[in-house]
Amino acid sequence: MSAVTSENLRPIGTPSEQLVAAARWRWFEFLFWGIAILCGLSMFAPMLGFNVPIIPSKMMLMSEILILGLLALSIDLCLGYAGLVTLGQGAFFGIGAYTAGLLAKHGAGVAPLSDPILGLLAAGLVAGFVGFATSFLVLRGSDLTRLMVTLGVALIVEELVNKLKDITGGSDGLQGVMSSPILGIWEFDLFGKTAFWYTLIVVFVCFWFCRRLVNSSYGYSLRAIKGNALRARAIGVPVNARLIQVYTLAAAIAGIAGGLLAQTTQFASPDMVAFHRSADSLLMVIFGGAGYLYGGLIGSVVFRIMQDFLSNITPQYWLFWVGVVLVLLVLFVRNGIIGLLSAAVSRSKGAGK
Amino acid sequence: MTTVLETRGLCKKFGGITATDNVTFKLPAGARHALIGPNGAGKTTFVNQLSGVLLPTSGSIFLNGQDVTEWTVRARSRAGLARTFQINQLFADLTPLQSIIIAINERENAARSWFLPFGTRKDLVAEAVELAESLNLGDVLDERVGSLAYGKQRLLEIAIALAAKPTVLLLDEPAAGVPESERDQILNVVAALPASVSLVLIEHDMDLVFRFAKTISVLVNGALFVEGTAEEIAKDPRVRQVYLGEEEISHG
Repeated sequence: MSAVTSENLRPIGTPSEQLVAAARWRWFEFLFWGIAILCGLSMFAPMLGFNVPIIPSKMMLMSEILILGLLALSIDLCLGYAGLVTLGQGAFFGIGAYTAGLLAKHGAGVAPLSDPILGLLAAGLVAGFVGFATSFLVLRGSDLTRLMVTLGVALIVEELVNKLKDITGGSDGLQGVMSSPILGIWEFDLFGKTAFWYTLIVVFVCFWFCRRLVNSSYGYSLRAIKGNALRARAIGVPVNARLIQVYTLAAAIAGIAGGLLAQTTQFASPDMVAFHRSADSLLMVIFGGAGYLYGGLIGSVVFRIMQDFLSNITPQYWLFWVGVVLVLLVLFVRNGIIGLLSAAVSRSKGAGK
Repeated sequence: MTTVLETRGLCKKFGGITATDNVTFKLPAGARHALIGPNGAGKTTFVNQLSGVLLPTSGSIFLNGQDVTEWTVRARSRAGLARTFQINQLFADLTPLQSIIIAINERENAARSWFLPFGTRKDLVAEAVELAESLNLGDVLDERVGSLAYGKQRLLEIAIALAAKPTVLLLDEPAAGVPESERDQILNVVAALPASVSLVLIEHDMDLVFRFAKTISVLVNGALFVEGTAEEIAKDPRVRQVYLGEEEISHG
């Protein structure tokens, strides 16, 4: 160990190559998406004569986890990279859900309009537009003001959904959503098999896009804003413009996530815009760790499984245990589950040398 | 000689307090100018108005002949005005190399690139490495900024400002709080800055001021008290009284 100097520990290559290498795909990323694909493939196990007891019947749950992960990812983009706290991402999620739901309901039969992919694009566009329109509010004030403003926007949207009964169906939710086959080919089935692959592909594409973004020069300028907005301005970073852009983008992604949920469950309800959506998804990012992109995805897996598991044991008090885990995580771990794992990995590497 | 930075009748009032009192000031190209004054003289307030962090109550500011009084911090930065901060304003979670490249990217309009990985432009990375090395940061390129020694952080303050290739650089107490052992490094760096950059140094440290500055302005109670060459200021009995004298008393 003593023979290893700091010089030897530096990665090889020119500084440019080293920086670019930081954006390369790692083994644990392949592992993560590999596991996701395996979960999907498990649906074929019964046909081959294997008996995997849990997974095939949980297709809908797995799709939901991925969708919540995408919503959390959109928060991570704001919080983990640009340093924007938001407690209103549920609003964009709900707007996306209703947009896609309404398109599927009223567009059913009208071939191009009813296509789910078009529905998702519309969900992203509408949510992104509302995000853009409200982004000017988040430029004002400190973190606390932002938290309140985003919460306020979410509450307004929630109330609008409840009041506009003729369009949204009010508290009964949007009935009669019929998702057409994807690209006119793949029908949604009762077991959520198509829904799972559809969700996985959409979530992966959105993730891939965000991953390119945060590792680009643009992404690093966002990190600079998070690190120190005063300094970022002084070196010429258009701080306000960048914040508006990233907030709008995050809103669009949240809208796509909402659209996915409406399409795969063929339903949209005020529950999808409710405050707990925003709060839960923020919790998922904090559980998983902000600023890694995977934090939200892993957080949603852990959160949802914990919710499922705990509410089976103690239907009334499961939130109590969620609270306990959250307090412990925040107290003892710096960056959520990923922070915990990466600390363990670097410790074992250090010990190996 | 051409004037790169100029203020005309600059005033800044905070309620009943006049922090900047009718300051008319000219900075010629290539200047090595120091701005001194006792505590609370309004030096940092003045710099904050020059860089656009604060808007003046009245008066105007010209940068390279253009009226920039109403311009944002960013617009002034892109027009060639850079500054460092008295209290470090750095990106704690990034590395010095990343911090400098981010600044270069903005200068080159390369920060709009959202698809290619950060650091793809070899020319810009090479420039950042060279700049870092010229400021004695070569050995800490990949460390986390937040865990750098204080002296290195002060050097990085200057490096990030220089990355914008400014025509005017405002150095707000670059040696403030730097331990004696590391101070020389900062002095050498400041002394070695290229002549194409016009410098304004705001400083308490008289060693640094007289070693570096050719001309000096003394600010007292927000107003320009006296201006002149370094020798004139050093000899001026009034300056001794309001500033150097006070220093002697406070140290005595």
